[in-house]
Amino acid sequence: MTTRLSSGGRLIDRTTAIEFTFNGRRMQGHPGDTLASALLANGQTLVGRSFKYHRPRGIMTSGPEEPNALMNLGSGARFEPNQRATTTPLFDGLESASQNHWPSLDYDIGILNNYAARLLPAGFYYKTFIHPRAFWKHVFEPVIRQSAGLGRAPKDRDADRYDQTYAFCDVLVAGGGIAGLMAARDAATKGQRVILCEQTPHWGGRAPVDCTTIDGRPVQTWIDTTVAALVGMPNVTLLTRCMAAAVHDHGYVLAEEDLTSHAPGTDGPRKRLWRIRAGRIIAASGAIERPIPFAGNDIPGVMLAGAVRDYVVNFGVSPGDRTVVVTTNDSAYLTAIALREAGLAVPVIVDARPIADGDLPNRARAMGIRVETGRAVVKVKGGKHVRSVSLGLMAGEGAVLEEVPCDAVAMSGGWSPVVHLYSHCGGKLLWDEPTQSFVPDPARPPLNHDGTAMVECVGTAKDVHAMCMDRASDVHAPVSIMPQGAGYALRSKMWLDYQNDVKVSDVQLAAQEGYASVEHTKRYTTLGMATDQGKLSNINGLSVLAKALNEPIPAVGTTTFRPPYAPVTLGTLAGEARGEIFQPLRRTPIHEWHTKSGAYMEPVGLWHRPYCFARPGETHAQAVEREVNNTRQALGFLDASTLGKIIVKGPDAGRFLDMLYTGVMSTLPVGKCRYGLMCNEQGFLSDDGVVARISPDTWLCHTTSGGADRIHAWMEDWLQCEWWDWQVYTANVTEQYAQVAIVGPNARKLLENLGGMDVSREALPFMTWADGTLAGFPVRVYRISFSGELSYEVAVPASLGLAFWEACLAAGKDLGAMPYGTEALHVMRAEKGFIMIGDETDGTVIPQDLGLDWAISKKKPDYLGKRGQSRPHLASPDRWKLVGLETLDGSVIPDGAYAVAEGTNANGQRNTEGRVTSTYYSPTLRRGIAMGLIAQGPERMGQTVRFGKLNGGTVEARIVSAVFVDKDGDKQNV
Amino acid sequence: MSDPVTPLNNATATGTVTVREIGPLGMITLRAGGDTPGLAEAIQTIAGTGVPVQRSILGQGGRWAAWMSPDEYLLVLPHADVPAALATIATTFGAGHHLAADVSDARSVFRIEGAGADAVIARLCPVDLPGLPDGEIRRTRVAQVACALWRADGGITLVAFRSVARYVFDILANAAR
Repeated sequence: MTTRLSSGGRLIDRTTAIEFTFNGRRMQGHPGDTLASALLANGQTLVGRSFKYHRPRGIMTSGPEEPNALMNLGSGARFEPNQRATTTPLFDGLESASQNHWPSLDYDIGILNNYAARLLPAGFYYKTFIHPRAFWKHVFEPVIRQSAGLGRAPKDRDADRYDQTYAFCDVLVAGGGIAGLMAARDAATKGQRVILCEQTPHWGGRAPVDCTTIDGRPVQTWIDTTVAALVGMPNVTLLTRCMAAAVHDHGYVLAEEDLTSHAPGTDGPRKRLWRIRAGRIIAASGAIERPIPFAGNDIPGVMLAGAVRDYVVNFGVSPGDRTVVVTTNDSAYLTAIALREAGLAVPVIVDARPIADGDLPNRARAMGIRVETGRAVVKVKGGKHVRSVSLGLMAGEGAVLEEVPCDAVAMSGGWSPVVHLYSHCGGKLLWDEPTQSFVPDPARPPLNHDGTAMVECVGTAKDVHAMCMDRASDVHAPVSIMPQGAGYALRSKMWLDYQNDVKVSDVQLAAQEGYASVEHTKRYTTLGMATDQGKLSNINGLSVLAKALNEPIPAVGTTTFRPPYAPVTLGTLAGEARGEIFQPLRRTPIHEWHTKSGAYMEPVGLWHRPYCFARPGETHAQAVEREVNNTRQALGFLDASTLGKIIVKGPDAGRFLDMLYTGVMSTLPVGKCRYGLMCNEQGFLSDDGVVARISPDTWLCHTTSGGADRIHAWMEDWLQCEWWDWQVYTANVTEQYAQVAIVGPNARKLLENLGGMDVSREALPFMTWADGTLAGFPVRVYRISFSGELSYEVAVPASLGLAFWEACLAAGKDLGAMPYGTEALHVMRAEKGFIMIGDETDGTVIPQDLGLDWAISKKKPDYLGKRGQSRPHLASPDRWKLVGLETLDGSVIPDGAYAVAEGTNANGQRNTEGRVTSTYYSPTLRRGIAMGLIAQGPERMGQTVRFGKLNGGTVEARIVSAVFVDKDGDKQNV
Repeated sequence: MSDPVTPLNNATATGTVTVREIGPLGMITLRAGGDTPGLAEAIQTIAGTGVPVQRSILGQGGRWAAWMSPDEYLLVLPHADVPAALATIATTFGAGHHLAADVSDARSVFRIEGAGADAVIARLCPVDLPGLPDGEIRRTRVAQVACALWRADGGITLVAFRSVARYVFDILANAAR
């Protein structure tokens, strides 16, 4: 049993006890504990069930590489799954629960999979669930997902908030161990701006556990002095509990800082994402110890040797009274020494190497610890906890020479440099035979913009021999499996990837079945694909694969290291973007009036516009009908402020607009307006709007509401990149103006009521504009119509927009004025057969499809899209073209419906001959009307076509002119 | 006629710093090459400064001239003075190629004031603030929308578009919580 020792534990405060729960059981720990150390101190060695076979699992490590001790933390709005107990600081009131078991951790029915393990080899799912095809999605996958998996996704909205911050530095040092502190000190003394981040709450890394002196001074003294010096430097930012998670191009580093997870109830954000732009990155990220593949290496009580001494030295926790140490290198001897110094028994050190006569082995021997070289752990025995180990010859096949009773096994298969940050952006690795690990290749680092190395590894991230103890004589035994000749029964209980339950036998089977590539083997067996991303399993898996393929390890290669280094809370990636500030909402100057007046708002790009102004008791459909009828019969106001407005000015502006629009804008007289179409180079219709000539060298181009920024960028693209020598300037003044459409038979009367300028038919005819004042407001009035009614669009400075709108409402009281929304706008334009970008167009429609040939100049030598439109497919007479559609029964055709034709296509689908683009109930005609694109439509006037309905069946519609109301346009021209 | 109003009626939020919507300010976007005759005279008359060079902003109080791009300047002046300033530009440039537009009402302007102003901006804008001296302007983004910012009177002035004034105010206030 694990327990708290009576003394020791440099990181804990024994004078204070804090309470926490595990699976509802109350337990006690101390400030400074991690959840893992506190669980061990309470004798809780069983902390979870494995992913596939539901085997009992215990705490394996003391860091972020932990594969087993994944917890559900908190509850309700603070629930978080898959949290590693080894990196979770303990706090008073912490609630934790184990995962992946049913009905309970101690009695889990899924363990049956363990006894059927022979039937669940690598690729089991691929092999078994392949037929019938449809079953995978609908039967197999849901069942498998239910029984597998780790934590559940939270159900409640996260109660905490998260923060992001941008930072810049010359040097980012990732890792606050000895090497990181030295690197930061060196850069800082040169005057460089330094950010040093350390994932744990403590500086110094492993040194306080593993070393005694640095530069002749006691370890802790050296650390304290160095940190104090760095704290005093204004060019240094020190961050603890901050993990450098990802390195991207151009020195862009993401780091996650934990601010208040360990102190719940504190005001302020819980975590912070640092978005750092660093000139140079120093990865002082240390090394991770490897497990050894021997049978039963996953039974609770088997731990990494480094973790065992961490728990003893840092937290005063005993792994058990009797710990067998098994190793391939010298470092695990430190564990034996630490255990013995803590008064615990080490029955034997099992060393796979034939000889171990370095400084550390000799010190262990001198302490009277039994050391057996050339030996192997054949098998660990135990169920929910280690009971004993069977020892045999390393060179043998697993014959048991001796049975050693014990409560714990401390294993060390060597150390692997943490090369993740070096590799995220393409740094290459070399295989280092003496340490059996991949190390950064200094000749092929990830590169900065100027070709210099972007990331440099230092300390044990570069070479594990940099560990402070004397390691010169330390040669690792190249142990692939233990013992080297183990048979299938043993190999099928040797775990490589604890979290995904991948065993030595699985990788060997994959190799046998032809998976020669490490990337394929990874996906086939799921080796290294769990939340720990192979931190423990990668090298051991490669080694087994290489042996099975009879290749050297470097020839097999390694899998790709992808960010993040360890899981990052999604909330930090979202940052402030949630709730009301999830996304910017664009508001017109009249927006607040709309919302106060009960308008039903709809999104148009990032704008919100009133869809309709429903009155109490009115449905939206009734409101739209009222708004249309009122506008056609009396007076309506529309907030048209969102319309794009771009000024184009200069000696070459006319020539420029003639290229941009399909029509001619250079000949437009000052004071007049003209409707124009813009196409992309392919010839497809991109945007439309009314252009006004303001002065001899100035035009104002109106764009669609969603198109303003895009069209402005389109203009600048052509001016800056293609026609850079044309003298044209543009300015997007969309938001400078509020624009109000004043529409209906009473529109002129309203403007006369407001007073201030001549808006008569003679002074301001259709398709002209004039500057002036109305009710004292400085205005520009455009006499244009998108409804077919007498209509003025009035632009006023945005700061006066609301006041002008209210003045219109007041002046329109006796004229029957009502505001109308976008749906009434759509219905009225459809009644007139006016197209809408995004309805009649979808990126595949050219103006000629829409019968807009009148707006395309035949005389101009060129315009953007002209050449595209001459391509055979676009010039074909067989294209679907715009027509009006009247249902024979007066109903409304469903939105998006297709016109069905006889027969089926090669895929067995019904042939089609057209589709609806706009379809509405027309209050003016009291029937359904629609526009649609129909094959050779304009030549088929009077014929009927059939449209599919959502509930089956079809509706018949007659092909008619798209202009349903006021065909001659008399109403707008009064 | 009514008085011009800012989008948020000069709202204020106080947290680790003070966030204030200010204005209405007069603003003119002036597009012209740096060597266009009349440019220096127009800027001197309107903003009382020389022609700002790349990334710089000159001026003080309520009158500023900022470099926005190789052929674009932003002039800040009292709201009521804009029509006269536009007339000045028309006169000084004459027939020279330029574009001047009143964009006063297309913008919302915020002041971020207090000891933590840089930290608040650093949460939202990818700007190296310790590397931003007085007299420099940054065109950047504030969370998801475009903005420009510069140091003035011990705080930071931030200009964004009018339609997103509420969003910008809310994210600034949130970052100052």
